[in-house]
Amino acid sequence: MKPVLHRRNVVQTLLGDRGNLLVVAGLGSTAWDITAAGDSPLSFPTWGAMGQAAMIGLGLALAQPRRRVLVVTGDGEMLMGLGALATVGVQRPANLSVVVIDNERYGETGMQATHTAHRVDLAAVARGCGFKQSKVVSRKSQLGSLRTLVYKTRGPNFAQVKVVAEKLPLVLPPHDGVLLKERWRRALLGSP
Amino acid sequence: MWPDQVHRELATAGVRVVGYVPDAGHKRLIELCRSDKRMRAVVLTTEEEGIGLVAGAWLGGVKSVLLMQSSGVGNIINVLGMVQVCRFPLVMIVTMRGEQGEFNPWQVPMGRSTPQVLEAMGVAVRRASSADEVAPLVAEAFRREQAVAVLVSQSVIGIKSFQEQTEQ
Repeated sequence: MKPVLHRRNVVQTLLGDRGNLLVVAGLGSTAWDITAAGDSPLSFPTWGAMGQAAMIGLGLALAQPRRRVLVVTGDGEMLMGLGALATVGVQRPANLSVVVIDNERYGETGMQATHTAHRVDLAAVARGCGFKQSKVVSRKSQLGSLRTLVYKTRGPNFAQVKVVAEKLPLVLPPHDGVLLKERWRRALLGSP
Repeated sequence: MWPDQVHRELATAGVRVVGYVPDAGHKRLIELCRSDKRMRAVVLTTEEEGIGLVAGAWLGGVKSVLLMQSSGVGNIINVLGMVQVCRFPLVMIVTMRGEQGEFNPWQVPMGRSTPQVLEAMGVAVRRASSADEVAPLVAEAFRREQAVAVLVSQSVIGIKSFQEQTEQ
């Protein structure tokens, strides 16, 4: 089935009116996506550490059990850290959702096919790892329930959102790691 | 025993998240952390996950520690870049393999390279050559709020055979 969803629309829908949501983004396209939706001190876009977005989300979810935590990452980034899904499955944080924006491509390196282009089913992996909810989202009509999953449903939750493979204008977040960390801690904890 | 002393220092420092990959040398400390209700022990599939865990916990206002073997240091090289660039505090307690008395030659190359690898990626290295040095070095590492690895010499762990390893 040809994908119809556009990644920037999906992420905009997820992050519109985001309330207290804490957001971590995997490097590359998803970091640009969350920035296109509006930069925030409580967004942590990674510029490296490929494969660690879900683990950063887990550390955060364990540290802040009363806040909802969303990890938005790409299929390539998720594939590099598949073990993280098993580790999250063991900890079962009720406040964590991992949403993979799956264009089946490595967007930053020339749009080469990822494993998901060859039928690797990330939602099935997450289910097998013990995520409470795990779904594939491919239609616009499912975006409302995706928002419910991220903001309301007891987790850990996983969603694999099939999107069109497209090259979009870069919308870059700050890249100074200390700035990203300190503005986050100031906003969340009141001190850097 | 040094693991009991280290566990007390972790509690004193306010550590609430303990990331680890199962390891014979850390067996006692892992058990102490797992049974401590103040701490969340997080078993990892690879040490690399521990760096993401520490970063996320710090963003959430929580102190953490990573327990690993020297072989695990090889698994975290690239992600230490994030620790350096963001200046995340990081305390790792690393049990050494590949040193005097090692029975497995495949442990030797990474064991030999562990201090250089850590230093090359901006992590301060402190070595505990005797059991009573471990806990004070760990306490000092938490006071620094930087990236520090405390290496626990193989002579402290004292594993010389597969038999001893399974008995630890």
